[in-house]
Amino acid sequence: MTSEQIGNLSEVLVWATLVCFTIALVAFAVDLARRTDARTTSRAAEKELVGAGGPAPSTGSAAAVVEPVETPTRRRAAGIAMSTTVLGDLLLLAGIVSRGIAAGRTPWANMYEFTLVGSFVAVTVFLVVGTRRDVRFLGAFVTGIAAVFLTLGLNVFYIAAMGVQPALQSYWLVLHVGVAISATGVFTVAFAASVLQLLRTARDGGAALMSGWRWLDRIPTPQSLEALSFRLNAVGFVLWTFTIIGGAIWAEHAWGRYWGWDPKETWSFVIWTVYAAYLHARTTRGWAGTRAAWFVVVGYVCVLFNFTVVNLVINGLHSYSGLTS
Amino acid sequence: MSERTQYKPEGIADEFVTTSASEGVSTGSTAGGGDGPRLPVLGVVGWLRWTWRQLTSMRVALLLLMLLAVAAVPGSVLPQRGPNPDKVLEYLGGHTTLGPWLDRLGFFSVYTSPWFSAIYLLLFVSLIGCILPRVAAHARNLRGRPPHTPARFGRFPAKASAFSTASPDDVVAAVGAHLRRGRVFRVDLGAEDARGERPATRTVAAERGYFRETGNLVFHIALLGLLVSIATGQLLHYRGQAIITEGRGFANAVVDYDTFDKGAWFRPQELSPFSLTLDDFSSRFASDTVAFAQARDFTAYVTVTDADGSASKQTIKVNHPLTIAGAKVYLQGNGFAPEVTVRDAKGEVAFSGRVPFIPQDNVYTSRGVIKVPDVSKGLEQIGLTGYFLPTAVINADGTARSAFPQPENPMLVLQVWSGDLGLDAGVPQNVYKLDTATMTAATGSDGKRAQVLVAPGQTVKLPDGLGTITMSKDIPRYVALDLRYDPSLAWVLTFALLALAGLGVSLFTPRRRVWVRAWALPSGDTQVELAGLARGDDAGLQGEVDRALAAVPGADPPTNSATHSATHDQEEPR
Ligand code: HEM
Repeated sequence: MTSEQIGNLSEVLVWATLVCFTIALVAFAVDLARRTDARTTSRAAEKELVGAGGPAPSTGSAAAVVEPVETPTRRRAAGIAMSTTVLGDLLLLAGIVSRGIAAGRTPWANMYEFTLVGSFVAVTVFLVVGTRRDVRFLGAFVTGIAAVFLTLGLNVFYIAAMGVQPALQSYWLVLHVGVAISATGVFTVAFAASVLQLLRTARDGGAALMSGWRWLDRIPTPQSLEALSFRLNAVGFVLWTFTIIGGAIWAEHAWGRYWGWDPKETWSFVIWTVYAAYLHARTTRGWAGTRAAWFVVVGYVCVLFNFTVVNLVINGLHSYSGLTS
Repeated sequence: MSERTQYKPEGIADEFVTTSASEGVSTGSTAGGGDGPRLPVLGVVGWLRWTWRQLTSMRVALLLLMLLAVAAVPGSVLPQRGPNPDKVLEYLGGHTTLGPWLDRLGFFSVYTSPWFSAIYLLLFVSLIGCILPRVAAHARNLRGRPPHTPARFGRFPAKASAFSTASPDDVVAAVGAHLRRGRVFRVDLGAEDARGERPATRTVAAERGYFRETGNLVFHIALLGLLVSIATGQLLHYRGQAIITEGRGFANAVVDYDTFDKGAWFRPQELSPFSLTLDDFSSRFASDTVAFAQARDFTAYVTVTDADGSASKQTIKVNHPLTIAGAKVYLQGNGFAPEVTVRDAKGEVAFSGRVPFIPQDNVYTSRGVIKVPDVSKGLEQIGLTGYFLPTAVINADGTARSAFPQPENPMLVLQVWSGDLGLDAGVPQNVYKLDTATMTAATGSDGKRAQVLVAPGQTVKLPDGLGTITMSKDIPRYVALDLRYDPSLAWVLTFALLALAGLGVSLFTPRRRVWVRAWALPSGDTQVELAGLARGDDAGLQGEVDRALAAVPGADPPTNSATHSATHDQEEPR
């Protein structure tokens, strides 16, 4: 096959992935909706138990991401959703690898490729966490975000496979950019957990807007969601710290300074600071819980901003979207 | 819960959690009383102490972190003086009311502005104030013992119990040995007298995860080290930029650089005396349709002559700077510097030299200026502005453009001005800009501005009989080199990596306490109870307790599931 054909094959694989994720998204949503009725009753029972001095619903431990009362009904929709997610993830991996072969280099050097690898990491993190505990309630959100990324990638950021300019010819492309995208993938799943935490807290607090959202009763307690989000964000934060250090080392080689407040650098710094503030907020009295979760939301918005607006609108040295030239 | 000395920054919610829904996770409102700032009734000293306590509190640290994030943003949106002075001027020209105000408030040099500096300096003062007592407390804790076995295990999040045929002494010894393995836990064995209905018991108290705090402190101290080394680098560094053309060179001296910029503690004698000559420059571009004209490689071949006169051949590439005597030389740009000769109306050579043209796009449409001040007496000075096109294509309407970055069909396309170049006014001029205030443009017979096109080796008449211009046959290339010296780099990297390591240790080291109590039952069996407690969220706590349970000798029967139902189940039902 010529590299052009391999490039086309890669694109087809990505489209197939998008189809899989979309099916998974729908199936996950059906699963959430179906389980609503079963759960509402168990929730009432659980409340009574607590009132009677029974075991508290959660200990604030991450392992408590469990269904307090598991309904025996088989979750067919969830099964379908998980298998299509796995299938989609494998197709995406094949798409990324073939893209790399077509371009003859590491397949994460422009925005289109970032969306592929970022979605892949997010979904893989979701699947890996899923092997250790039941996080299928997150599925709709993770596959949903990944599907949006891929749709944008295929339609807005797409460029044909090709080599890269001299500034990008470095093993730091593999490390720095690879780790940055992985961090983004991890942050994505954590973000989904934090959003659910906020929604569920609002519903538990009796928010009128949320009164019809019965599916929220089917997801774990805000405490368990917070714990899940924290564990992921901790990993993401370490990866992001490495991203910044690696970026600085690379910048020292390529541009002759390790830090220059280029827009991309500035926003990476802002993101780092927001997540550092999040880690502090978690342990500051009066800021833990709901308020800390908002930091995750703000941090993730900054991540997305850094990826989209900073790449496309604010041009700096980092203008490697491949779209302008 | 521990009798050890503890230092806690004001406002930290840093408990080993015993109760279920820990306060930390439940609400966003201020939990617990007596937490708000209490106004002191003491005098100045009291105020100072109060201020210091506030400054070093978690809440203020959090606030400053948030402020820092917000304060960094404008610098990414507004042009900044350091990297983009021209863009700042452009912005000021376009925003005549807002611009000067932003300027006064430092928005065009955000990262050196007083307010930005104030935020991070305060943050670091807070950091020091927070770190010092924590280091002291942690140093004491490192030698401390695990807290005593609590009287009751009922409220702990992880529990287990079993009966054993072994004696309480053996049980405690075996579990203690298990916990001591790998020196992860610090373990104390103990004994308690009979109390109420319970007979005398043997106990184990164990704690792990002291390194969590160590990692956290290393992380914060490394941040401080990072700031100090960056600042030191700023004071000691120097950076020079020079444009050199093929066959020529420069010496490492302040006067040889086109721009030179240095820290406050820099002294010129620190420049190591070497010289560098550009022997050759090669570039490669993609020519396939997909990535047409995209750069693929730049290499500068240079000869470096050291202070002792020894010469060596070297290459400089993007991403691969050349290190000479601790300084690094970077390949930052490249282009064409055609050799141009201008003769005036009297036929005298008024200018001869290489003129660097600055590339404007990926096909190297390059802009340049030729100033010809030294014309024969009585003649007007000449200025030429325009483009160098490496692969010139003449469009149907007579305009020219470049089609490829390599010199396939080079051509100069220039407009001609005559008059006073303004060089004698004593004001330093930008060599890449022609001040046309006191000059007039040459026009053709059609009244439009005249253009001259010059090919390599050609001599072309300038309009209005101003003279002639010649371009050499060979077009020399030039490179823009950046030379940078910063002795702090190794320190900056060291502290950055230390911070990363400290962070990893701090975030991923579990902090757990495990207690065991064993006593003899009238039946002759031994009753064993275990409890575990973790700081913060810890998915592995029950597993830790279960492993300790498994180490109980002669367990009868080894009932993991039974113990599970006695605790709130931490594991997921599968
Ligand atoms: C340059 C400013 C600062 C940054 C970037 C920063 C960053 C961080 C990060 C990322 C963490 C979480 C990782 C870990 O647990 O090691 C953390 C934890 C912590 N920071 Fe800071 N910090 C800063 C300043 C401060 C200050 C001023 C204080 C004191 C008021 C402080 C006190 C703490 C404490 C007590 C923890 C531990 C929280 C816990 O137990 O989880 N930090 N910091």
